[in-house]
Amino acid sequence: MVKLKDLIQKKPIMEGGHRMCLGCGAPILVNLILRASDAPVVLSNATGCLEVASTIFPYTAWNAPWIHSAFENAAATISGIESMYRALKKKGKIDKKINFVAFGGDGGTYDIGFQSLSGALERGHRFVYVCYDNGAYMNTGVQRSSATPFGAATTTSPAGVVIPGKLQKRKDLTKIVAAHNIPYVAQASPHNWLDLAKKAEKAFSVDGPAFLNVISPCPPGWKSEAKDTIGLCKIAVDTCFWPLYEVENGKYTINYKPKEKLPIETWLKPQGRFRHLFKPENAKLLKQIQEDIDKEWESLQKLAAL
Amino acid sequence: MGKLVALTGNIALATAMRQINPDVCAAYPITPSTQVIEQFSEYVADGLVDTELIAAESEHSAMSACIGAAAAGGRVMTATSSQGLAYMWEMLYIAAGMRFPVILACVNRALSAPINIHGDHSDSMGARDSGWIQIYAENAQEAYDNLIQAVRIGEQMDVRLPVMCCMDGFTTSHAIDTLELLDDKTVRDFIGEYKATHPLLDVEHPVTYGALDLQDYFMEHKRAQAEAMKNSRKVIVDIAKEYKKISGRGSIYFEEYYMDDAEVVMVIMNSAAGTVKTVIDAMRARGEKVGLLKPRIFRPFPYNELADALSNVKAVAIMDRADSVGAEGGPLFMEFKSALYGRKNQPMMINKIYGLGGRDLMLNDIEEIYKELREIKNTGKIKALSEYITVRGEEAAYGKA
Ligand SMILES: Cc1ncc(C[n+]2csc(CCOP(=O)(O)OP(=O)(O)O)c2C)c(N)n1
Ligand code: SF4
Ligand SMILES: [Mg+2]
Repeated sequence: MVKLKDLIQKKPIMEGGHRMCLGCGAPILVNLILRASDAPVVLSNATGCLEVASTIFPYTAWNAPWIHSAFENAAATISGIESMYRALKKKGKIDKKINFVAFGGDGGTYDIGFQSLSGALERGHRFVYVCYDNGAYMNTGVQRSSATPFGAATTTSPAGVVIPGKLQKRKDLTKIVAAHNIPYVAQASPHNWLDLAKKAEKAFSVDGPAFLNVISPCPPGWKSEAKDTIGLCKIAVDTCFWPLYEVENGKYTINYKPKEKLPIETWLKPQGRFRHLFKPENAKLLKQIQEDIDKEWESLQKLAAL
Repeated sequence: MGKLVALTGNIALATAMRQINPDVCAAYPITPSTQVIEQFSEYVADGLVDTELIAAESEHSAMSACIGAAAAGGRVMTATSSQGLAYMWEMLYIAAGMRFPVILACVNRALSAPINIHGDHSDSMGARDSGWIQIYAENAQEAYDNLIQAVRIGEQMDVRLPVMCCMDGFTTSHAIDTLELLDDKTVRDFIGEYKATHPLLDVEHPVTYGALDLQDYFMEHKRAQAEAMKNSRKVIVDIAKEYKKISGRGSIYFEEYYMDDAEVVMVIMNSAAGTVKTVIDAMRARGEKVGLLKPRIFRPFPYNELADALSNVKAVAIMDRADSVGAEGGPLFMEFKSALYGRKNQPMMINKIYGLGGRDLMLNDIEEIYKELREIKNTGKIKALSEYITVRGEEAAYGKA
């Protein structure tokens, strides 16, 4: 079992000095997850903020073998690496255990990399896929993705005079991944470091694909304060916008149930991307958001009760 | 010496792959290359190779997996055609830019639209600027020989580039042909062991692949890649010579057929060259000085050698089985025009776009072109610089009088 004492003693795999923004959730969750690995890691990274800001040649923030080849193929790339590992192992050219991890943003995972992810999961490669979900294409300047929350303003779903931000609901990727019947799927948040580290540990321990969907605040995209990053993660979980749960061999478990579910406004208010929702004429949208969250939380609880 | 067998081009390629025994093969089915991977999958299932086979969910992922596997450190192969190659396009450049010696068997097929499954060169010609070495084959024998040599060429330390081995869909891929196979040991000794440089799986020595490369460094890296392509020229020659020693076969940059005293020449790649040879045999029997130049290596394009080969020729027809729509002629024609630019004894040149979507080039069509070339030689006049042939409807020729 992971212990904070042990985790902090490990050298971070993603070293400081990279150029991700102050308050970015991604490096925090990346290091938390990688610290939980029981073996050396080899990493594949989709195009996006994490890649662009961590490896500006001739510098690299990575203390582990790392490859970025394109936007939509982090899962396909890691499946090639993992297959080569198996080939060389069979030939006796390599023997130590290595863990394989692919990182993708929500754009690189929910949208353009969706097929590549689904294919790699179905083929059963032993790897952990980590989606750091910041809810938009941040690297290219905050365009909407299928992970962008309903109502959010982005540069391609702006809050205009007639259209008040994004009018489509998020794709429920965690459940779609679970439908691949892979050994381990979890949704997590960096504010609950112990829960995240435990989930990472489980993900590394299974003999097959594992998937972690982790919420990852982005101050410039969310129009939030850098100092609020971890706090916003906690509120996302306490409002049940981002429930913490896992699916182990098909069995759903909710890992945290807020004693008192906070109203969704608590989460929306500190984020400028939702500012327009608080205009009187958009009250019905706020109501709809709350209803959707309540409904999804209900259905998740039912799944967990099965 | 080798064993004489009768195989389709696809099975010949699969046999070469079995003998090469790559560490990883990632692929996705598409006509007419599907059989290569089907047959190879049988070798995997029967334990005749040690390869890890990735039946990818798309060609984009197949090439991405090839790139990951090559970065991990080992030999990697794939096969595709047409839309599959087009779908890989983004990743072709990345394989080359990252300098991974991935081997791709391209069974040439037309690109949509309109959809068509038969052989032309629009797929591999579309990838001609992607940084891959490109080798073309007339028949199953050459396709087999090229694939084995490709391993050595791509892996040479001062090259380290991916190699695409092309042959015509159906005409070569599906027709049964006789060819001579090398025995497994000869192939394995010839290709030797692969030594990966900076493999990802060497976790004690972590490396970063695919960093963001901005104005400060990008050009140096691209130039290094261009230099590697230049270096491959000599390597291609050396490997072809070495291969000839073990097989008794093969040309280097191109094949010459009755070129010694030829006055009028056709330049043509892949399977149609075989038909041209038949026409030449008949015409030579009548004393006509006709010849054939069949390029084998398209990338790197052997400019000087090809231009030298045409230096005593009076009139040449460059035959393109792909168009570069909007340009003045097909891709092969444009290369030859550049190759001959500034030369003293330039032959007169015309371009024919033929065989798109697998349309046959008949003996008669070829003979007509030689007649046209003779006319050009005699009169010094060109009727049409570049035109489609064996096609119905109004002609829309460039440079037509
Ligand atoms: C094929 C392709 N299309 C578009 C792009 C441009 N692009 C680069 S990163 C990116 C968005 C990344 O979004 P996400 O995956 O959510 O990661 P984030 O930047 O938010 O961390 C886009 C659209 C690309 N690199 N490749
Ligand atoms: S833009 Fe957002 S996701 Fe990108 S580095 Fe900054 S905080 Fe992180
Ligand atoms: Mg994003």
